[in-house]
Amino acid sequence: MATQGFEEDVPEEPVPAMQQLLDNPFLLLFIGIAMPTVLYIVWGVMEIVSLPIAK
Amino acid sequence: MAVNRMFRTCPASGLLFHEPAEKLMRFHAVAAVVSLLIGGILAIGVVLTRWQAIHLLPPDLFYQVLTAHGLNMLVFWIIFFEMAVLYFAGSTLLRSRLATPRIAWAAFWLMVIGALVNNYSVFRGDSSVMFTSYAPMGAHPTFYLGLILFAVGALVSCFVFLGTLVVARAERTYRGSIPLVTFGALTACIIAIFTIAAGAIILIPTFFWSVGLIDHIDSLMYKTVWWAFGHSSQQINVAAHVSVWYAVAAIVFGAKPMSEKVSRGAFLLYIFFLQLASAHHLLVDPGLTSNWKIFNTSYAMYLAVLASMVHGLTVPGAIEVAQREKGHNQGLFTWLRRAPWGNPVFSAMFISLIGFGFLGGISGVMMGTEQLNMIIHNTIYVPGHFHATVVVGTTLAFMGLTYFLIPVLFRREVMFPGMAKWQPYVFGLGMSAVSLFLMGAGTLGVPRRHWDISFAGNPFPYEFPGAAWLMMALAGISGLIAIVGGGMYLLITVGSVFLGKKIVTPGFQHVRARENVAAIPAAAPVITSHGSIGAGGMVAPGTFVLAMVFLAAFVLYYFINWKYLSTVWPLK
Amino acid sequence: MSALLPPAEQVWWKQPLDRVELIWIVIALIWCLIMFFMMPYWHIYGKQNLSNEAYRARPEEYAKKAEDMIAKYKVREEGGDLKVPVVHPPAGSDVYLIARLWSWSPMLELEAGKSYRIHLMSMDWLHGFSLQPENINIQVHPGYEHVVTVTPGSPGTYSIICNEYCGINHHTMTSRLYVVK
Repeated sequence: MATQGFEEDVPEEPVPAMQQLLDNPFLLLFIGIAMPTVLYIVWGVMEIVSLPIAK
Repeated sequence: MAVNRMFRTCPASGLLFHEPAEKLMRFHAVAAVVSLLIGGILAIGVVLTRWQAIHLLPPDLFYQVLTAHGLNMLVFWIIFFEMAVLYFAGSTLLRSRLATPRIAWAAFWLMVIGALVNNYSVFRGDSSVMFTSYAPMGAHPTFYLGLILFAVGALVSCFVFLGTLVVARAERTYRGSIPLVTFGALTACIIAIFTIAAGAIILIPTFFWSVGLIDHIDSLMYKTVWWAFGHSSQQINVAAHVSVWYAVAAIVFGAKPMSEKVSRGAFLLYIFFLQLASAHHLLVDPGLTSNWKIFNTSYAMYLAVLASMVHGLTVPGAIEVAQREKGHNQGLFTWLRRAPWGNPVFSAMFISLIGFGFLGGISGVMMGTEQLNMIIHNTIYVPGHFHATVVVGTTLAFMGLTYFLIPVLFRREVMFPGMAKWQPYVFGLGMSAVSLFLMGAGTLGVPRRHWDISFAGNPFPYEFPGAAWLMMALAGISGLIAIVGGGMYLLITVGSVFLGKKIVTPGFQHVRARENVAAIPAAAPVITSHGSIGAGGMVAPGTFVLAMVFLAAFVLYYFINWKYLSTVWPLK
Repeated sequence: MSALLPPAEQVWWKQPLDRVELIWIVIALIWCLIMFFMMPYWHIYGKQNLSNEAYRARPEEYAKKAEDMIAKYKVREEGGDLKVPVVHPPAGSDVYLIARLWSWSPMLELEAGKSYRIHLMSMDWLHGFSLQPENINIQVHPGYEHVVTVTPGSPGTYSIICNEYCGINHHTMTSRLYVVK
C-alpha cells in the first residue's frame, strides 16, 4: 500500500508555543468548549438558581 | 472491511477527492438544497402575510409556516451544507482519506431522519412553536425528537471531521500546519460541538417533559441554555462562511492570506469568545445580572468582533495584493474594479462580505449592547439583522461556493450561465433591502413573529406610524425579489446537478492513494516583500480605505442609537 | 491557492505583519474597548438601565398582590364587556402588571415625571412587554418577578403590546398605559 506521505517534519527552528496551540485541534476543542460552558452556562445558571424568593 | 483508498484528481482544479468523501459531500449538498427549497417556498407565505396589504395566511397557518421556514433555513439547509464544507476542508484539502465513511453515512441518514421527523411535527399543526420553542409553550414530542436526532447526526459528522484530521496527520498527507481554510472549518466544528452539547442539555429534558416524564421546565433556565444552542448554531455559520471567503479568494484570485498568524489568531478569538454572545437574547430578561450580561454579550470586551473586523480586512486585503501583483496596481481601487464581477463565485462572496459587515455586523453589535437592546429586543429589527448575517452572509457565500462545486464535485457544467451571473445580485441585493427595511420597521417598534400589526378587531388597538407600514410593504417587495433570486439559484443548481452537461475526462478513473495521483503542487514561494505594489507603505491601501469607511459607519450608527436611547423614558 | 494549502513556511508564527494589518488591529481593538466601556459608563451616567432586581415568585401569590393593588387603586373600567380595571397608583408605589394569555391586567394610569416600581410577571408562557411608541421592550417570564423603576415622560395614551410569540391570539394581547399630568 503506497501511503508514503511526507517525511517526518523536522522544523529548522523550534515552533513557538502559540503556533503549537493553533496546530493542536484537540486542545482547541477543549478550550472552545470550556470557555462558554464556564462563562456563559455555569455562571448564568448559578445566577438564576441564587435568585431570592419574592416577599 | 478494507479501507477505501480510492481517489480522483479534479482535472480543472487539481483537487484530490476521496471516493466516499466525494459521495458524502454530494449527498449533503443535495439535502441542503432540498431544505433550502422547502424553506424558500415557505418564505413566500411569510413575506406575503407580513406585507399587511396582502396578509395572505390566517394566523394558525402563518405561525406554522414561520416555524417551518425558520427550522429549514436556519438549521437544516445550513448545517447540511456545513457538513459538506467540513468534509471538503478535511478530506479534500488535506488530500487525505475520510475517517470512517460508514459512520459518516450513518450520521448523514440520522440527520435526514431528524429533519423529516421535525418537519412532520410542524406539519401536523400542533408544533407551531417557532425555531426557539420556548418552554413552557409545548410542542409535540416528535418536534424535540427530530431536532435531537439531527443534532446527534451532526455531532457524529463533526467527530468524523476531527478523525480525518488525525488520519491525515498520521499518514502525513500534508506538511506543517493544516491549510487556513481547514483551520476555519475546524473552528466551525469546535463551535458546532459546543452548540450541539448545549442543545442536548436542554432539548433532551424538554423531550421528556413533552412526553410527561418531567413535570416542569423552567422558562428562564430553558431560554438561557437554549440560546447556547440557538445562537451558537449561527456562530458555526460565521466561522464556516469566513472560511468560504478565504477559499473563494484563493480559488478565484490565487490570493494567499496576508498573514497566517493574523488570520488564524482571529479564528482563535472565535474559538475563545464567539459563543458567549448567546447572551444577546437575554439582555432584557430578569434574573441575570448586568455583570453576566455585559461580559457575555460583549464576547469578553468584543474580542470576537475584533476577529470579524480582522477577517473583514484580510480577505479583501489578500485579494487586493493578488490583484496588484497581477498588474492592477494603479490608484486605490483599480484592483476592485477589475475583479471578475461576472463570475458568480466571486460576486456572491463579495456581496456576502459587504452585507455581513455593514448590515449584519453593525446591527448585531447594536442589539448586543446591553442597554440598546431595550429599544430593539423582539422587534422586527432582529430578523432584519439575521437576514443580513445568515442569509446575505452565510447563505450567499455558500451559493457562491456551489457555483465552484458544480463542475468540480458534481462534474457537470453550470446550466444557464447567464442567469448564474445575475443570481448573486438579485438575491444579495433583494435580501439586503429586506434587512434594511425590517430594521427600519423595528426601529419604529414593529414586533417580530406577529400576525397582524393592524390589530383589527382588538379592543385596545395600537396604530403604528405610516412609515412603519411603508417599511413593511417595502420589505415585502424586496422579499419577493430575494425569493426570485433564491429560485434562480435552485433552478441553476438542481438543473445543473441532474440535467447539466456531464464533464467527461478521457481516461478518468479512481486510483489508489498516491499512485498516479497528480503531483502535489509545489509550495508557493515565500514572499517576504511585496516590492513596489501598494501605496503609502501599505500593500493593500484600497482595502484600508474601505475598512475606514466601515469604521466610520459603525461609529456613527453606534452613537446615533445611544442618542435615540437617551430620549426614551428613564428607567432603572 | 494558498489558503487551501498548508502554509509554505513551517514556522509561520514569527512572520512579521504588514503595516495595514497592524494599524487596523490597533484601531479595531481601541474601538472594541470603547464599545465595551460604554455599557458600564451608561450604568453610571445614563438614565436608561434595566434593574437587576428580580425574584422567584409563584403565579398565585403574584396575582394576589396584583388583585390587592387593583382593589386599592382602581379608578374605572375600560373595554366594554371586558371590564379591564384601570388603576391610578400613587407615585413611588409598587405597581403589579400581570401578563397572561392573551391580556395584560390592570391598565395603568401614571403621572408624568413621577417614578413607579413596576413589577412584571407572566402567569403562563413567555410574553414580551413592548411599550409603544416609546419602543421599550422587556421580556416577561412566568415564575420570575422583574422590578423596573420607570419614570413616564410626556402625558398621552401609550400602548402595551406583546412582542413575544405566545400562540394563536398573540396579536390580540394589547393594553393601554395612560400618562397624565
